Amino acid sequence: MTGKTLYDKLWDAHVVRREEDGTALLYIDRHLVHEVTSPQAFEGLRLAGRKPWRTDTVVAVPDHNVPTRDRDQGVTDPVARTQLETLQENVNTFGITFFPMSDVRQGIVHVIGPEQGATLPGMTVVCGDSHTSTHGAFGALSMGIGTSEVEHVLATQCLLQKKMKNMRVSVDGPVGPGVTAKDIVLAIIGRIGTAGGTGCAIEFAGEAIRDLSMEGRMTVCNMAIEAGARAGMVAVDDTTIDYVKDRPFAPKGEDWERAVAAWRELHSDADAVFDHEVHIDAADIVPQVTWGTSPEMVVPVTDRVPDPAAAGDPVKARGMERALEYMGLQAGMPVTDIRLDKVFIGSCTNARLEDLRAAARVVEGRRVAEHIKLAMVVPGSGLVKQQAEREGLDRIFREAGFEWRDPGCSMCLAMNADRLEPGERCASTSNRNFEGRQGLGGRTHLVSPAMAAAAAVAGHFVDVRAL
Amino acid sequence: MEKFDKLTAVVMPLDRSNVDTDAIIPKQYLKSVKRTGFGPTLFDDWRYLDPGEPGMDHSQRRVNPDFVLNDPRYQGARILLARKNFGCGSSREHAVWALTDYGFRVVIAPSFADIFFGNSFKNGLLPVVLDEAIIDRLFEAVQAHPGYTLTVDLEDQVITTPSGESFPFEVEPFRRHCLLNGLDDIGLTLQHADEIRAYESRRRAEAPWLFDAGPRA
Ligand code: SF4
Repeated sequence: MTGKTLYDKLWDAHVVRREEDGTALLYIDRHLVHEVTSPQAFEGLRLAGRKPWRTDTVVAVPDHNVPTRDRDQGVTDPVARTQLETLQENVNTFGITFFPMSDVRQGIVHVIGPEQGATLPGMTVVCGDSHTSTHGAFGALSMGIGTSEVEHVLATQCLLQKKMKNMRVSVDGPVGPGVTAKDIVLAIIGRIGTAGGTGCAIEFAGEAIRDLSMEGRMTVCNMAIEAGARAGMVAVDDTTIDYVKDRPFAPKGEDWERAVAAWRELHSDADAVFDHEVHIDAADIVPQVTWGTSPEMVVPVTDRVPDPAAAGDPVKARGMERALEYMGLQAGMPVTDIRLDKVFIGSCTNARLEDLRAAARVVEGRRVAEHIKLAMVVPGSGLVKQQAEREGLDRIFREAGFEWRDPGCSMCLAMNADRLEPGERCASTSNRNFEGRQGLGGRTHLVSPAMAAAAAVAGHFVDVRAL
Repeated sequence: MEKFDKLTAVVMPLDRSNVDTDAIIPKQYLKSVKRTGFGPTLFDDWRYLDPGEPGMDHSQRRVNPDFVLNDPRYQGARILLARKNFGCGSSREHAVWALTDYGFRVVIAPSFADIFFGNSFKNGLLPVVLDEAIIDRLFEAVQAHPGYTLTVDLEDQVITTPSGESFPFEVEPFRRHCLLNGLDDIGLTLQHADEIRAYESRRRAEAPWLFDAGPRA
């Protein structure tokens, strides 16, 4: 018998039953909820006269719609306010753990889950949000789901699912200095494409992944969905266990010892077979910048904007031309000639403490370039913000000309007031550069926090390694 | 859920790869707490020339005459013909609600993003995967013949062209069964409540820390 992959182990431990065609009922251990994708699910429960199966698995937080400043004035957008109030009512009605805007533990759902220890190794974790793949960094099976599935999980504690394929992406060897988790994952997406992982659970492995902190692993798993994979994951090791220990939701005492013993098994067996294997040489990865309107449209900062004429495939070439036009770029221009209007450091990809530290190191003693209209830092959670302030990072950012905001999704998707105006160009540490993602007509370039910070200072992209 | 068995309808071509759910329904409309009313803002950024906000009267907005959805020849289309990786990006089910609210019941593409694919079945929208070469031919046929229709038969899992050519497709049996009968899968799952409880007691013995899983002292 061949060994099991990490995904096989997580899957097998959670199957409640199987239909004849292989569709399984998968048990869910943790359900994270935010204001945007849950109201219709709660309403569905109510209409059907159903109750949540197990409320102790649910943790709710507002993040997508919350303002990132002047919170004392409340939420001024009436439509957003209704949605936030609806979440509040639902958690009250059903008795769900909730971190409201006024709570220091509030933040982006994918930042606060791990921060609280609500995400644990070996769990199945779901949330009505595609970046739920983030939590796979803990050796968990973690997937984004739609609102109907949110309702299904609330009502039954289970998800109906077919098993995905096993894919492993190994990043071999150590990365060079100045190369971050974000660069690793962008390089992976550049290599396998935005549909490269469709139908798969991706395990990220190799020395460069092992070397990452939990924050870095979360950054990588966060963007598994940008490679098409609903789930990304990393095997459990000491880094994982050290991070989880003593978090508020983490097991304690004897439970902790038992849990750790079980978690030690959460890795792919040496003889496990994957349906797809990809190897990337870490030494080849340099800081990355996306140039187009899909995360796979990415190049090294040292490179030039690519030429559609060289694409080969006509559908692809048309897509590239469209992207160049939308982005207002010329094929062949050096990436370092791309001038920016705004800089956004935030999102569930890169708004944890380590990200803010990395950006602050670049910014310290420097100033945001004259022509940059707005450079903002939006911490991933109230606790990240608090700790960053203890370390004086807020002062560094403010002195350099950055705005220092309250936690939330903010300009990652621009549902609140933080957005790009048509034609504006932004260096962003978020995960999606789709048309209009950060505001109608806005142009997004995805980069690491250090690269975003360096771009803010220079006013255009620069190779952060040369600073 | 509205059931789906067989449909003959006009086909609208959307000749772009990687159409993401942000494009299908932009973020400002996700503030709604309802499942309905998203049809007028389907493909909002492409469809209108002026910026849209929730609560607007969208019939008064400036339409983009170059966008296919506004082309008179595709009015009443209920089948969307698309390119690869349709529905990628955000998990927002609002994307499916916008498509169905507009009137689409079928999307045909060479591939779909996983979450969108699953969401479709929960809302009576049938995603059909066909070979890229067949899709290319269908794009040509739609362009060449105004009012081009297709017949999509879920029972027999086949798409038929007006000239009688047919293309078989596959749908997982369980999903097909639910869609054909318009079944509520929560109700189906709850029929197995005993099995879920049995799993829980097994699991509680193995991994007690997964239960009573709120903050711990
Ligand atoms: S930060 Fe962006 S990607 Fe992450 S959950 Fe919020 S909106 Fe989604």
